[in-house]
Amino acid sequence: MINLTIDNKPVQVEEGTTILKAARKAGIHIPTLCHYELKGMKLENRPGGCRVCVVEVKGRRNLAPACATDCMEGMEVFTHSARVVNARRTVVELILSDHPADCLTCAKSGECELQSLAQYLGIRDIPFKGEQSHYRADFSPSIVRDMDKCIMCRRCETMCNKFQTVGALSGVNRGFKAVVAPAFEQDLQDSPCTFCGQCVMACPVGALTEVDHTRQVINAINDPKKTVVVQTAPAVRVALGEEFGMQPGEIVTGKMAAALRRLGFDYVFDTDFAADLTIMEEGTELLGRISKAMAGDKSVRLPILTSCCPGWVNFFEHNFPDMLDVPSTAKSPQQMFGAITKSYWAQKMGLKREDIVCVSIMPCVAKKYECQRDEFKVDGNPDVDYSLTTRELARFIKQYNLNLKDLPVEDFDSPLGQSTGAAVIFGTTGGVIEAATRTAYEVFTGKKLDKVDFTELRGMEGIRDAHVDFNGTDIHIGIAHGLSNARRLLEMVRNGEAQFHAIEVMACPGGCVGGAGQPYHHGNTEIIQKRADALYREDAGKPIRKSHENPDIQTLYKEFLGEPCGHLSHELLHTHYFDRTDKVVIEGK
Amino acid sequence: MHVLICGGTGCKSSNSLDIIDNFRTILKEKNLQNEVQVIKTGCFGFCEKGPIVKIMPDNTFYTQVKPEDVRRIVEEHIVKGRKVPELLYMNPENKEHVSDSKHMDFYKKQIRIALRNCGFVDPENIEESISRGGYEALAKCLTEMTPEQVIAEMKASGLRGRGGAGFPTGLKWELCAKNKADQKYVICNADEGDPGAFMDRSILEGDPNSIVEAMAICGYAIGATKGLVYIRAEYPLAIERLRIAIAQAREYGLLGEDVLGTGFNFDIELRYGAGAFVCGEETALIHSMEGQRGEPTLKPPFPAVSGYLGKPSNVNNVETLANVPVIITKGAAWFRTIGTEKSPGTKVFALAGQINNVGLIEVPMGITLREIIYEIGGGIKDGRQFKAVQTGGPSGGCLTAKHLDTAIDYDSLVAAGSMMGSGGMVVMDETSCMPAIAKFYLEFTCEESCGKCSPCRIGNKRLCEILEKITSGNGTMEDLQNLRNLAAVIKDTALCGLGQTSPNPVLSTLDNFWDEYVEHVVDKKCRAGVCKKLMKYEIDREKCIGCGKCAKGCPADAISSANYIAPGHKLSSMTIDAEKCLKCGACISGCKFGAISVK
Amino acid sequence: MTKVKSLADLKAMRERLQSNLDVREKAEHPESLVQIKIAMATCGIAAGAKQVMEHMMAKADELKIAAVFTQTGCMGYCHAEPTLEVRVPGKDPVVFGHVDNDRADEILTKYVMDGELVEGIIPVNYETIDK
Repeated sequence: MINLTIDNKPVQVEEGTTILKAARKAGIHIPTLCHYELKGMKLENRPGGCRVCVVEVKGRRNLAPACATDCMEGMEVFTHSARVVNARRTVVELILSDHPADCLTCAKSGECELQSLAQYLGIRDIPFKGEQSHYRADFSPSIVRDMDKCIMCRRCETMCNKFQTVGALSGVNRGFKAVVAPAFEQDLQDSPCTFCGQCVMACPVGALTEVDHTRQVINAINDPKKTVVVQTAPAVRVALGEEFGMQPGEIVTGKMAAALRRLGFDYVFDTDFAADLTIMEEGTELLGRISKAMAGDKSVRLPILTSCCPGWVNFFEHNFPDMLDVPSTAKSPQQMFGAITKSYWAQKMGLKREDIVCVSIMPCVAKKYECQRDEFKVDGNPDVDYSLTTRELARFIKQYNLNLKDLPVEDFDSPLGQSTGAAVIFGTTGGVIEAATRTAYEVFTGKKLDKVDFTELRGMEGIRDAHVDFNGTDIHIGIAHGLSNARRLLEMVRNGEAQFHAIEVMACPGGCVGGAGQPYHHGNTEIIQKRADALYREDAGKPIRKSHENPDIQTLYKEFLGEPCGHLSHELLHTHYFDRTDKVVIEGK
Repeated sequence: MHVLICGGTGCKSSNSLDIIDNFRTILKEKNLQNEVQVIKTGCFGFCEKGPIVKIMPDNTFYTQVKPEDVRRIVEEHIVKGRKVPELLYMNPENKEHVSDSKHMDFYKKQIRIALRNCGFVDPENIEESISRGGYEALAKCLTEMTPEQVIAEMKASGLRGRGGAGFPTGLKWELCAKNKADQKYVICNADEGDPGAFMDRSILEGDPNSIVEAMAICGYAIGATKGLVYIRAEYPLAIERLRIAIAQAREYGLLGEDVLGTGFNFDIELRYGAGAFVCGEETALIHSMEGQRGEPTLKPPFPAVSGYLGKPSNVNNVETLANVPVIITKGAAWFRTIGTEKSPGTKVFALAGQINNVGLIEVPMGITLREIIYEIGGGIKDGRQFKAVQTGGPSGGCLTAKHLDTAIDYDSLVAAGSMMGSGGMVVMDETSCMPAIAKFYLEFTCEESCGKCSPCRIGNKRLCEILEKITSGNGTMEDLQNLRNLAAVIKDTALCGLGQTSPNPVLSTLDNFWDEYVEHVVDKKCRAGVCKKLMKYEIDREKCIGCGKCAKGCPADAISSANYIAPGHKLSSMTIDAEKCLKCGACISGCKFGAISVK
Repeated sequence: MTKVKSLADLKAMRERLQSNLDVREKAEHPESLVQIKIAMATCGIAAGAKQVMEHMMAKADELKIAAVFTQTGCMGYCHAEPTLEVRVPGKDPVVFGHVDNDRADEILTKYVMDGELVEGIIPVNYETIDK
C-alpha cells in the first residue's frame, strides 16, 4: 500500500493506483475530459492529452496529469492550488478557443462534457481568439462526424481500435490540424466502420452524433396517406426513463407505448414479437446444423453465430470474409419485423406496401444503416423506413410536451405486439442465446424445461462460455460482447483452438442495453448493468417465457409462414452476407 | 618559407590586406619574393587577436599585427631568424609569449571526440576506421570487461545524452540492463530534427562505424542482441553509408553472430522515419518504429522497462553514441578531464546565423559563448553588433550579451532560460527582430506538434497568433501579458518535452528583449527593420526633386506627386500613400537622390 | 574476407592497415604519391564536391600526378565548402576551402607540384584526441 496526501488529506491506495483514482477514493473531485473508462470491461482511455486533470505534485517541475500518473509513497498532491486552477482554466479556454460556440443547436448540448467543464470553471469569455479548425462534415447512414468540434480526446479512437478492433478511426495530421478521422480522411462510409456507434457514445462533445431521422418520421406521421407503424426494441424500455429523470433500469414499457400512441403512430408494435420469430428461425437453423453434424455431415459449419446485431454483421463482413457461411442467415428482429409488417400484416389489413411507413425505435445507431441495406428493400421500398435511437425518441416525446412519468401504462397493439420473456432479454449480452436455448432445448429433447433461467449464460464478462446439457448431448455455447472479444473468439474458432455449437455476439458493451443509441452513460457501466438487470426482471415477470409458446407467433406460422425455415421464411426472414473487404476505398487504388 | 596571413572577415577589417601588400613589397625590396611566399588564408578562428600572421614552417604565430609591423617581421624573423617577441601570442594566464602555435591554448578550444574521424576516414571503408582504432573499444569490452564494468565505466565518465535533455547515459544503460527480458533493443535515435542542427547526419556520413561499434557496446552492456537505427528518410547518404558500414562490419565479424569470436551476437537494422520533429522524443520514436502514429505517450513506463514492442529498450542519440568507444578505450578518467564537472566531454554545435565562420564545431563543455562566437566563429558578420544567440533550436531560448561569458553546459543553459538541445546555435545581430525570431520558432513547433495534448496543439497556435498580431503592429500590452501567461501554462502542462519547451523562445525573448516587444506594441516600431507591417516608407521632400522615377517603379501605384515644391527645385516632390505601400523597397533602390527612407 | 576473431587480431589488423597506408605512400613514386581527401557529406556534395573531385582526378591524370583520391565526411567548415585536404608526403596535411575547378587546378599545379601554398587554406583550429 502507498500512503500519500491529496489536498493535505491522507490517502492510502494500492500500488499502481493513479492520482485520479486515489482522489476519487478520497472523495476529491478532479475534473477530466479525455479520460474515459468502462469499468469492468477492461477499457480505459487515458492518453493524458487534454491536460484538464493536471495537478500539482510537490517537488515535480511541471504539473502532472492525474489520470495517468501513479501514486508514489509520500507524494503530496494539490488538486486545486492557484497554479493548478489557472492552468486548468487556461487549458479549457484553449480548447474552447478551437471549438464552435454553437451549443444552442448542438446535438450534444446538455450532455456535452466540455460544456459542463466550462460551466464548472465559470468560464464566461474566451481570451484567446484565433483560427478555428474546419473540416468537411461527414454524413454516413448512421453517424455524423462534425470534426470542427473534435477536441482530440481520442476516446472514439480507443473505442474503435481497442474495444472494437474495427480500426476505422485514428489520429491524422499534426499540430493544430490534428484530428481523428478514417484513413486518408475518407468518409466513414468508405472505411471499415461497422456503425456500432460506440464512438458516438464515448464522444464527450458533439463531434460524433447519430444521424437524426426524427423530422422524417414526423413528416410521415403528418402524411394522411401513410399508415405509420412503430416497433420498439427490448433495450429501449429499460433506458428511456433515464431521459425523463427516472433511475437507470426503470421499466417504462407501458408508458412508452402510451407516448408513441400520443405522438401519432397508427400502430404501436413490439420488436420483441420479431425477436420471438428470430428464435423460431435461428433456433431451427441451429438445431438443423447440430443434427446434421451429429449425423456426420462434414459440410455443416458450426458454430452458428447470431446475426441480430448489425454492427457485428458489418464487422464479420469486413473482417472474416472467409466465414460468411458461419453466421445464422436469420435476419435481425428489426428486419424480420419490417418484412412481416409489409407482407403478412399489410395483407391482413388490406394495405399497400408503399402506404405503410415502418419506424423502429432502437438502442442502436447501426440499425439506421441496417434498414437501408439494399437486400432489405422490395422494389426500392425498405422493409423498415426509419430507425430512431432511444435518444431521438426521448427528444421527440419532450418536443410534444409529453412527460413519460405522467403517462398511463398502455399495451402494445395486436397482433405484432405480443411477445415472451425470451424476446425481452434479447437486449442484453447472453440474452439471445438464452432465448434460443430455451426453445432449442425443448424442440431438441422434446422435454419441457423445468427451469427457464440459464444463469450460466448471464454476466458482463467480455467472453463467456458455458455448457448446456441437452438431455445427454453437451452443447457448448460462447458469448462475446464488444467486437474485440468477438474477434478473439472467432479467431479461436478459425484456428481450431475452441469448438462451439453456437456463439452469440453483440457489438456493444453489455449488449443492446449499452448500445450507442441509448441515453449517454458517460462510461458508467453500472447504468448498463442496471438496464440488463431490468430486462431479466421483465422476463421473469412475463407469463410466457419461451418464444415458441408465443400464440401470435404460432398463428403467424399457421396462417402465413408455414414452418420455421420453410420456403416463405427463407424469402422473407433470411438473408445473406457480403465480403466487404474490398469495399474499403483507398484513394488512388 | 611561407607567410600565412589571415584573410578572414575579421582580420580583413583590421587591415590584413594592407599587411599582405606590405609583405609583398618589402620581400621584393629584399629580393626574397622567390624564397618566401605570401599566402592569404581563411580564418584562423582567432579573430579577437587579429590580424594573424603565421610563419611556416616554424609555426610562429604573430597576433594583432599592424601593417607597420611587417618590416620588423621581415627583417628580424625572415632575414635573421629571430622571432619578434612582442608580437607573439601571450598566454593570458602566465603572461608568457608562445612562439610555437602548437602550444597555444587556443587549439584546446575545439577538441574532436565525437567528430574524431569525420573528415579523416573514408566512411565507406571500414579498414580506414580500423586503422584509426575503430572497434577496439568493442573488442576491449567483449574480451576484457563484463557488462557491469562497461556500465560502470560509462557511469563514471559522466557522459550525458547529447540529444538535448542531458540524461546520464550510463544510468540509462543501467536501468535497461536491470530489466530481465527475452529480447531487448538498442535504439539509435538518428531522427535529427532541430532546424539548423546537422551533427548527427555529419557523424553518420563521416564516421558510421563509430555508431555501429557503440551500439554493439551498448548491446553487450544491457544484454541486447538487436540494434535499430531510427533514421529520417531525408538522410539518404547517411543511410547508405550506415548500410555499408553495417554490411562491412558483418563481413569482418564485428557484427552479427559470434562477434570477434566471443560468442556475443549483435545485429543492426535500420528503420526509416518520415522526418517528424516529435519523433525525436523517445516514446514517439518507438511508436513510429512500431508502425503507430508518431506521438509521445506518458512516461512511466520508460523505454528501459517497456519500449519497442513492449521490450526493454535503450534509446541514445547519434552524438552520444559516438562518444562511447572513446570513453571505453581512453577511460572515464580521461574523459572527465575534458569539459566541466557536471557535464564532462565535448559538445558538437552547428554554428549558424550572422557569424563569419558558419560551421560544425566540437568544443569542450564549459566553454563560453564569447569564445565560440569570437574565437571559433570568427565574430559577427560585417562587424555588426552581437545581439543574441539562440541555442537548443525550437525548444531552446535566446541568450544575450550578458550571457557571453557564461560557461556552457546543460545546467547553465537551462538556468539561463535556454537549453542545450541537439546543438543548434544561431547567432543574431541587430538585424534580427526578437519577436519575429520567437514567431519563427513557434511556427516550426506548430507544424511539428503531434497534436495530442491541448496546450501544445492549441496553445502554441495561439502563441503564434499573438506573435503575428504583435509583429504586424496590432498587438496590445494585454497581448504581452497573455503571451507570458499562456507560455507559462504550456510549459507547465504540455505532455512531452516538445510541448514543455516550445514556449522557451517566447519566454526567453520576453525576458531578455522586453523593450523590443513593447516597442512593437506601443511605438509600432521594429528596430531591426524586419517586421514589414511596422515599416513606413517616407520621402524627404527637401531631397526629392520630383523626377517621378519612384512612382514609375512602384508596383502598387502608391507614389504620387505632392503639392510641395522644395526651394531650388522645379517640380513638386513625391509622396507615398502608406495604405497602398507594399514595402517592397523598389522605390528606394530606384531613387538617385537618397530621398526615400524607411522609418 | 576472414573474420576478425579477437582483440589481438584487430590490433594486428590495425597495424597492418596503418603500414599498408604507408606502403601505399611509399609505392613506386614515393615522392609524388599525394593523398587528397574530399569532404563529401551531403552538404559538401551539395556545394559541388563531387564535381570538383571528378575534375581534379582528370586534371591529376593529365598532369601525371600520382594521387590517391578518397572521400571523407564533413570537416566542419560549412562556410568554406567544398573543402579538401591535401597530404603531400613528408609534409603536414593542408586543408583548402572554397575549392572550385580553378582552385583545384591551382592546388595541383602550384602546391602539389611546386610546393607553393595557394590561397584558400583553412588553418586547423582544433585538437585531436590522437596525440
